[in-house]
Amino acid sequence: MTNSWTDIKNADVVLIMGGNAAEAHPCGFKWVTEAKHHNKARLIVVDPRFTRSASVSDFYCPIRAGTDTAYLLGIINYLITSDKFHREYVANYTDVSFVVKEGFSFDEQEGVYSGFNANNRTYNRDTWDYEIGADGFVVRDTTLEHPRSVYQLLKKHVARYTPEMVERICGSPRDKFLKVCDMISTTANGEKSMTIMYALGWTQHSYGSQTIRTAGMLQLMLGNIGVPGGGVNALRGHSNVQGLTDIGLLSQSTPGYLGQPRDSEPTLAAHMANRNFRPLQQNSVSFWQNYKKFYVSLLKSMYGASATAENDFGYEWLPKLDKVYDTLQMFELVHKGEIKGFVCQGFNPLLSVPNKGKLIEGLSKLKFLVSIDPLETDTVKFWQNHGEANPVDPSKIQTEVFMLPATCFAEDEGSFTNSSRTINWRWKAADGPGEARTDIAIMADLFLRIREMYTKDGGKVPDPILKVDWDYKDPKLPTPDELMREINGKAIVDIPDPADATKTLYKAGQQIAAFGQLRDDGSTSSGCWIYTGAYTERGNMTARRDNSDPSGKYVYGNWGFAWPANRRILYNRASADPSGKAWSERKSYITWNGKAWSGADVPDYPPPLAPERNAGPYIMNAEGVARFFARRMMAEGPFPEHYEPLESPVANALHPKTSTNPAARVFGEDRAAFGTAKDFPYVATTYRLTEHFHWWTKTNKLNAITQPEFFVEISPELAKEKNISNGQWVKVSSNRGSVKGKAVITKRIPALKIDGKTVHTVGMPIHYGFIGETKKAIGVNSLTPYVGDANTQTPEYKAFLVNIEPLSGPAVS
Amino acid sequence: MNVQFSRRQFLKGTGAGVAGSAIGAFGFGGAEVALAQAAHSFKLSKATETRNTCPYCSVSCGMILYSRGDVKKGEKADIFHIEGDVDNPVNRGTLCPKGAGVLDFIHSKQRVTRPMHRKPGSDKFEPVTWDFAMDRIAKLMKEDRDANFIEKTRDGVTVNRWPTMGFLAGCATSNEAGWLTWKAVRGLGIVAVDNQARI
Repeated sequence: MTNSWTDIKNADVVLIMGGNAAEAHPCGFKWVTEAKHHNKARLIVVDPRFTRSASVSDFYCPIRAGTDTAYLLGIINYLITSDKFHREYVANYTDVSFVVKEGFSFDEQEGVYSGFNANNRTYNRDTWDYEIGADGFVVRDTTLEHPRSVYQLLKKHVARYTPEMVERICGSPRDKFLKVCDMISTTANGEKSMTIMYALGWTQHSYGSQTIRTAGMLQLMLGNIGVPGGGVNALRGHSNVQGLTDIGLLSQSTPGYLGQPRDSEPTLAAHMANRNFRPLQQNSVSFWQNYKKFYVSLLKSMYGASATAENDFGYEWLPKLDKVYDTLQMFELVHKGEIKGFVCQGFNPLLSVPNKGKLIEGLSKLKFLVSIDPLETDTVKFWQNHGEANPVDPSKIQTEVFMLPATCFAEDEGSFTNSSRTINWRWKAADGPGEARTDIAIMADLFLRIREMYTKDGGKVPDPILKVDWDYKDPKLPTPDELMREINGKAIVDIPDPADATKTLYKAGQQIAAFGQLRDDGSTSSGCWIYTGAYTERGNMTARRDNSDPSGKYVYGNWGFAWPANRRILYNRASADPSGKAWSERKSYITWNGKAWSGADVPDYPPPLAPERNAGPYIMNAEGVARFFARRMMAEGPFPEHYEPLESPVANALHPKTSTNPAARVFGEDRAAFGTAKDFPYVATTYRLTEHFHWWTKTNKLNAITQPEFFVEISPELAKEKNISNGQWVKVSSNRGSVKGKAVITKRIPALKIDGKTVHTVGMPIHYGFIGETKKAIGVNSLTPYVGDANTQTPEYKAFLVNIEPLSGPAVS
Repeated sequence: MNVQFSRRQFLKGTGAGVAGSAIGAFGFGGAEVALAQAAHSFKLSKATETRNTCPYCSVSCGMILYSRGDVKKGEKADIFHIEGDVDNPVNRGTLCPKGAGVLDFIHSKQRVTRPMHRKPGSDKFEPVTWDFAMDRIAKLMKEDRDANFIEKTRDGVTVNRWPTMGFLAGCATSNEAGWLTWKAVRGLGIVAVDNQARI
């Protein structure tokens, strides 16, 4: 989230799209209710289902699953053609005036950008960049009239997304779409703001990251980024998915979103050479120029005294990536028999990764599987026969399996980072049951056992293991307190004050208070630079419990610690106009007082940097401003474009020849498993129920009582067409498998007219499997396609094709 | 500032067995004193309160876990009740249908209580000791690492990766456990590391 849960109360318009906060994030949704009651905010919900969020909205607009990019580009087109965008914000705080390189183009007939090689479906991205002048800075045209200015290119690009086209693609009635555009445009003035709340309804598509980019672009058009009640707010899943990702447990990144080294970067110098953060405008801050300080500090935390300037701070010991090993890639390798051993630490991939059939085949090829979890999972019992719900023969599965008991959240202490980046400390209330151990104890034990074998017996390349710094009071049981201190970072030697060399800023061993003080010479350590400040000499800042709100703007800056730098709204310099004054009194947040930036929050700006310097509010970008034009950073193009889901009932109305995302993540053999509308005529989408959390709460009695079994939701029209009655058993099949459940016939999933054709949607909750207190079910991932987003590799769970047939008897007892 | 009149004061004040003077401190009169003295003991009045965070979605609601026994004093603690933490500025004491049922997760029948092992081809799990399990896993991992670790590519570039081992980290794990896990898995050279962020 760019903003915070509590900040939603500052919004005047709330757009929930690609999410269903009322059911999936109920206690966060409270802040929408607060905004409605106290701020007269209006709630818009755009969703294929009339969800409970929609039921309390001021306006609901239906949409076909998977067409959100087209819808959002349609809104941007509306704002441009009706001149209802925040012109001053857009002109000063974005790249609209930048001129794009000659040679860049988009072929509207073919639906591809310049540089496309149709033979191997890959892009050469050389033309996807700005024109750079003789002075080394980007060429600009502040009149915005240059035909290759980002503004003119964007205007032309979105011009195709007329209300008529949006209706053809999305099935959203034109009058409803225009009503949404009108409501949204009321915030394009600095007086009012709109927040966007989304979740997996946007991410789980083969082009999800482009949908989310479009949302960012829409908010920039409106001047709604960096302001109270604005922002693009990802409502994340797990309680600590934000934290675990921040801390680097993601294939391609290290802690703090630095790059995990690749084969092409065998040295730290080569790694840095691939990261040119040279400012693109004369005064841009381009804060990533500090990258090396964070990287070297991380290496010092990883390898301790073994990391020296002479050995590149141990960079060579880090594993180098030959490709991104995301979850889909991993299970592709498991399926091929190339990954032999697997550890699931609180993860149930048998149900959470697409195409269950492929997973069973893959897991059966593993030599060993380890589950570290408080609960029995379906994955750890994949070899058990559960009838129709898991029809395997254990005697034919040679995988050796370990099920290790871990403690749960109530039984250890440490911190979780919530969706709005706030790190909160939690305390232990009880010991775990039986012999359960904490994740820390299990990981320390495992690592030390392996390391001891390498010390004693030798083995292949032991150095990377032996050099890991494990300097804890009790190496077998490092304390959460010790680990949080290590994550924050400390001075390794005395550090002089840069302002006055006769003074010492830090004595050796002291905790560093701010990431700006980290250094690239090995004199500081920090496990995760964005968490620096979370545990300082003043103590554990994540354990702070002062819930006062001095500014009255729902900031709560003394509760826990929000990364980065305890900042609650990102890009908040943009809450002021170019001269440093608030856009409006209502939305005043961070302003320039003549000497420094200050206000309700920690400024997202160097405090003494005067507005006259014109450095731009987006200090993390080399441009100094926000990007409409993504340059080479997105796999399928610098502007978002509407592509159909890999399985779709219709061809792309704009360019049928390139109907789907040319850059989507598809592995060779999986393409054959895609179905077509001829055999599978209905759009399927998956969703969550308010009574359940993923595949976890099916083991809880109370949750199982409230929602005991899998079901299939369809409209009365489809039910009539297929002769299905309410509560009757149905079989839903895709080209990969089938599931069975009772039909729930509701008006919540309306049939839509898509380009003159009626399209029905089938909705299915995800939460069911064969382990737990709920009724056994086959698992909806038996249906889902093995295809991922082109940039994030997130699987396409939200739009695929199925058929539905009535059944006579019960399917699973 | 936390709310002036804290939960703790309120629970103490309303607990039976607390003399009328405490009730008096609330500014109530004699009738309420008599009523309070006649009431049954409130079940939470003697409980240990521990502040924690809901493990489910990323609103990460503040929770108060009520236990018999205080684990911080070395006592055996049994969690028997859970409420939203009213001091938490985000959830302000509320919990949703998922969070409100979290006691049934803590005490779920599906909790694993001892290490279990399934031999190849077997149709059952068998209990084993921690020592057996960890030793066996460590040996299997070392065996595979020694067989498949790539120190250098054919071009002579040092890559130090172990491509045949997969690791999925769970997102209800603390940041501290996550950091230690990162050090361990990257230290071993595992490249196939991911979490629930994409799922």
